[in-house]
Parts: sequence; C-alpha cells; structure tokens
Amino acid sequence: MNKKLIKPGNYFMNGNFACAEAALIAGMNFYAGYPITPSSEIMERLSYRLPQVGGHFIEMEDEIASMAAIVGASNAGAKAMTATSGPGFSLMQENIGLAVITETPVVIVDEMRGGPSTGLPTRVGQGDVMQAMWGTHGDHEAIAYAPSSVQEMFDLTIKAFNTAEKYRNPVIVLTDQVIGHMSERLLVKNYEEYEVIEREIRKFPDPIGKVHDFSIDYVPMVIAGKGFHYNIDSLTHDEMGYPSNDPKIEEMMVRHLVEKIRKNEENIVEYKEYLTDDAEVLIIAYGITARSSIEAIRKLREKGIRAGMLRPITLWPIPKRKIERLSEKIHIIFVPEINFGQYSHAIREHTKVPVKEIHFPPGAVPDPKIIIRNIEGDAT
Amino acid sequence: MIEEAIHPKDIYLRSDRFPHIWCPGCGLGIVLKSYVDAISKLDIPLDHHVLVSGIGCTARLPGYANVDSYHTTHGRAIPFATGLKIVNPELQVTVISGDGDLFNIGGNHIIHAARRNMDILVVCVNNFNYGMTGGQHGATTPEGARTSTTPYGNIEHSFNLPYIMASLGASYVARWTSLHVRQLTKSIMKAMKMKGFSFIEVISPCPPNFGKYNKFNDGLSQMEFFYENSVLDNNADLSEAYIDFSGKRPLIVGEFVQRIRPSYIELERDLIKRAMEEP
Amino acid sequence: MINLDFESEKVYNTGRAPINIHAFKVPLGKVHIIKERCKECGYCWTYCPKEVLEKSDYVNKNGYHPPRIKKGKESACVACGMCEAICPDFAIFVEEIKNE
Repeated sequence: MNKKLIKPGNYFMNGNFACAEAALIAGMNFYAGYPITPSSEIMERLSYRLPQVGGHFIEMEDEIASMAAIVGASNAGAKAMTATSGPGFSLMQENIGLAVITETPVVIVDEMRGGPSTGLPTRVGQGDVMQAMWGTHGDHEAIAYAPSSVQEMFDLTIKAFNTAEKYRNPVIVLTDQVIGHMSERLLVKNYEEYEVIEREIRKFPDPIGKVHDFSIDYVPMVIAGKGFHYNIDSLTHDEMGYPSNDPKIEEMMVRHLVEKIRKNEENIVEYKEYLTDDAEVLIIAYGITARSSIEAIRKLREKGIRAGMLRPITLWPIPKRKIERLSEKIHIIFVPEINFGQYSHAIREHTKVPVKEIHFPPGAVPDPKIIIRNIEGDAT
Repeated sequence: MIEEAIHPKDIYLRSDRFPHIWCPGCGLGIVLKSYVDAISKLDIPLDHHVLVSGIGCTARLPGYANVDSYHTTHGRAIPFATGLKIVNPELQVTVISGDGDLFNIGGNHIIHAARRNMDILVVCVNNFNYGMTGGQHGATTPEGARTSTTPYGNIEHSFNLPYIMASLGASYVARWTSLHVRQLTKSIMKAMKMKGFSFIEVISPCPPNFGKYNKFNDGLSQMEFFYENSVLDNNADLSEAYIDFSGKRPLIVGEFVQRIRPSYIELERDLIKRAMEEP
Repeated sequence: MINLDFESEKVYNTGRAPINIHAFKVPLGKVHIIKERCKECGYCWTYCPKEVLEKSDYVNKNGYHPPRIKKGKESACVACGMCEAICPDFAIFVEEIKNE
C-alpha cells in the first residue's frame, strides 16, 4: 500500500503535529473534529495528511457530532480519533459514555487550556483532570495518558490507540496547551519497532452467538455490514444487545464495563520516577508541570532537600500501588497543578502521608521557584 | 381463520421480541412494516442494511428489525450514521428517528447532513410530540395544540419539515402518513437507490399522548383524520405544507423533491484519489 | 369501495365490455391471524375494502380482541393485502389461494 507515513528519523516538531503523525502510524483512518484552540493544528494537519494515506477526514458541525461520528466510524471498523480542549470536552461527555457502553475503541485528545467555560483559549491549564475520569455520567472506568514532552505526545498517542483496541474503551490523551504548541526534538523509529495492536474482529458465522459477553473481559468486536444483524444499544442491555430494565442485567453489564479495566490495572498503569530512591519529599506532577518540577528538584537537591518526583504517565487509572509503596518512605507529598487542586484529591485516597497542593492559576507555565518556595516552607 | 402461523416477514424481524412495546394504534409498527417490505423487495443485500436511531418511541424501531442496528444517544443518530457511512460506503445506512430527536435536539445535525448531501436516508416519524416521555411539545407540535407542556395551547409556530429539507438541498423529500403504507414502501425503495441525502416524513398517530390531548380518542380517529384531510400533490408549494389539526387545511403528502447533485461520498472519494496522487 | 362484480355487469350491459371479461377471475385470499400479537387497533377491520373482518370475542393474553372473519365472508377476501400492510403489529397476513 502506498502509505505516506512520516519517515523514521530525527525531527524538530511541535506537539500537535507529532500527535497527528503518530495517529497515522497507529493506523488511524478516520478523524472527525471541530476547530478549537489549542488543538486545531491536529485537525488541520490531518485534513492534509489523512487523505494522502487513504483515510477519511471530516470537520463536523460541533464536538457532539464529532464524538458521535467517531463512535460510528469505529463501529464500521475504522480506528477513529478526535481532538479538542476544555469546552469541547465538556460537550463530548455524553457520547464518551456511548463509547463506553457500546464498548467501542476511540481516542480523544483533550488539550487542556485555561478554564472554566471559554476561559483562556490560548494559554495553558490543567483543569480537566477530574473531568477525564468523571465527566461522563454513570459508572465507567477512564483511561487517560498525560504526555509531558513532544516525544511522549507521539509515543503515547500510539499507545492510546493500542490500549483502546485492547480494552474496547475510549482512551483520552490528556495533554495541555504548552505541550501541544511547543517544538522539541522527536525521534521517529522504524515502523516495525512500534507495537500496533489491531482489534480482533468477530468471525462470521459468529461462534459466540451474542453481541456482548459480560463474563469475560474481551470479546472480538462486531463490525457493521458483515452479516451479524446484532443490536448495539445505548440503553442498558443484555448480552444480546436488547434493552432491559432488569436490575440483574444492569448489574452484570456495569460490573463488566468497570471490572474489565480495574482487573487489568497492573497492565495499564504506567509512570516514571525521578530520584525517588532516597527521597523524603515527593512531588507528583504531570504534563508541563512535571518539567517545571524537575528543575525545582534539581535546585532543592542543591540545597540539601531530598526531593523526588513520581510522574504518572497514566493519570487514570491512578498509579495507586506505587503511591502506596512510596508513601512508606517519604513523609510529605506535593502536588503542583495548573488548577486549584484536582489530582491531589485522588492521591489523598491512596496515601496517609500529608498531601499539599501547590496551585498555579491557569495561564502560565509553572515557575519552578514557586514550587521550591512551597516545598522549602513545608518540608523543614 | 388459521391460527398461530408465523408471519412471512418474520425473517426480517427480531420476532423473539414481539409483541413490540408500541401502543395499540401507533403508526410505528406500520413504518417498520414499510421498511421491512422495502428491504425485502430491493436487490441490496440484507447484510448491507444498517439502521441507526436516537432515543424515543420511533428510535426503538431498529431494535425490532433483523439488521445491524444502532440505538445511540438522543439526537445524535445522524452524525453516528455519518461516521458509519464514510468508513464503509457499501452500507445502506437508514436513520429512523422521531421528530423531537431529529429536529429539536438533533436539529443542528440534520441540517448539516442535508447540506453536505450525506448519502443516508432519514425517515422522520412525526407524531407531533415527545411520545416516549409522556407527550411534551416539540418543534413540530402544531400551533394551538395541547400537550403535557402546553396546557394552555401551543404558542410556538411549528416546523414545516418538507419545506426545511427542500431548502437545505436534500436530494429526495417526501411526506406520507402511516395510512399511505404502499406509497411509503415505494418511497423508501426509491430513496435507498438514490445518491445523496433523502428525507421522508411519516405522520403517525400517537393515541395515548398527542391523540388524547387533542381530542383523538384512539389511533383510528387520527387515521380517519389523515384519510379525510390528506391531499396528494407532488408539486405543492411547500411553504404551505405546514400542518395543523383544525381540519381547515389540507395535509399535503407526496414526493416533493427529487434532484441530483454530487453526494458527499462521491466527492470525498474523489478528494482522496487526488490527495494520494500528489507526489 | 368498489364492487367488482357490479361494475363489470354495468359495463357488460353497455356492450363496451372486453370480450374476455369472464377470463378475469377475482383473486381469493385466506387470512391468517396471529392472535397473540394483536393489539386491537382496529385498522384491519376498518380498512378492509371487502369488509371481511370484525372484532372477535376472544381475548388474547394481553387483553385484546383480535379480528375474525365475519360469518358468510369466508370467500370474500380478494387478497389485496391491505390488512397485512396496515397492521402495525405483524399480526395478520394474507395468502393468495391459486387454483390452477
């Protein structure tokens, strides 16, 4: 196939373009989106590149339509993605729930900006963290990756597609405006070195006999037009896909949707540690804040404070076992965020150590000096 | 009379789910019948048919047909169908949903799908209210009508659906009532064969909600109203095609628009071809 | 509602009838009723052009009275299919009896 993917090599590229190119390597062939600062460049890039590789691009009338279109496209067999920011992410929530209940793999890139509401379109924020987990109503489990460099924008986008296909769940790439707009060195490896997981498609005639199976984590996906004639429903449904209001069916269905992620947490959770071996003060940070925290840790170490950082790569599911283990030797955790305290709440659930929030109002890259000042004030 | 024979159209239905949930006299069973008759007569393979719907009484229809069916979120059937069709244009995608689902909450999506000339067929079953939730008024509720949210009579002007869809550039626009069963079947068959965006409005009784609130005691009396007042006029002036139940105006039905203009799928395929040829 | 026999008689008497008018047989249909699906909407017995059906006294499991063929009308059905087309519940269909 005459695919014009980005050639392996070293590049100096901005985060949004890296995300777009990574999606193409992951095999994405359907994009539906709506312009929104700061993620519009992903869409613009893909409007040019997707038709070149034989994929489908469409700019929809709003974010709700974008999300519905990618769930539909994925049910027709495509790997589908959309990109947005805070206000658009709020609009997409209902149809993220549709992807959850129909077990449709999709990738949503949420490039956080200053909020609430229309907020600061052109400047950074990190105020969508809780929304990525709890935005859509009802019981579900969220998977969200937080890149903090252009290289990670690239690698984690590919990983997001793989995770979505593996668990048949929507996956969010929760980045922020600075990572999306900054330009850095990017290494694109040879294509064989990238693991690209394709979904397992149901065979026809269907040996399973029903569209869902709530007793196992994964069933091969049913694709439209192959002769299955199943019903896929947004109402609570039984294994045949028929709507039901029987409490027993609701329990089986919801338990399956939630447990399939919870049981496999160990395989999904990822994180990186920086100087945590001998740390007594721990910083947990993500996105651009993690970059500022590294600088803060360097300065703190010079002053004799043994600081380290845990950087969650998966914000959701939260790396709770790692936090519990680290809590045994550190005596305080600092959570700098470009919001007024969001991820800190989740961290507090999994540690008895005091968790101190460092609030950065949306709009600017966190200044390491402020992190240092907060830690110096409290750590002693 | 012969008892308990299986209906000849049962192979097109999920007959294990019958009798269906729709009320006695509801026109939805008739729309399902028309759809099933249409797909049984066409030469399009059954596997290619896909039904998509939003939420509501009408939206339960795909659950009863033995084809790939998607019961999605309220108002969002059309973008979902767009995603399906673009990825696999072989699919014969039909959206069957209600007036509130398609024109209130889903209003934005239908106007854009028509504008793009997306190759889907939209069947809007118009019962002039939100039936599933108890009969609240919607965009198609006629002026003056009573519903559960217009106890003093509806003060809002209502949508004139064929007029709107014709003005948006739809390739095929028709309106029938659930009494015009055979014409509806023929319309569905014709629309499925056409490229571009097709729209069929089906006027249906809603006995327990709209009917009861507006002095129609059962489905039969609403059907009698359709019989008395419907006028077949394919060349009607669509600006006069809005509906009220006073009995003083004709209920205009027919196939109003049939035109050819490049459809979205054709244009998109051409775009991809051009983009792939660039060095 | 057109009474075919009456019409053909009328035409025949004017001398303008087709020569082979008696070669056209009126079709005969057999109505099948799936009683347990019926919801007593009344469309079939209202819209049958030959007035073949009426409400029965039988009550099905959901409490509705399905249709039945009127006494004396067993051969009146002409297999037009209107009942089958208009029934919202897939509860009635017509089989055309062909006698060769």
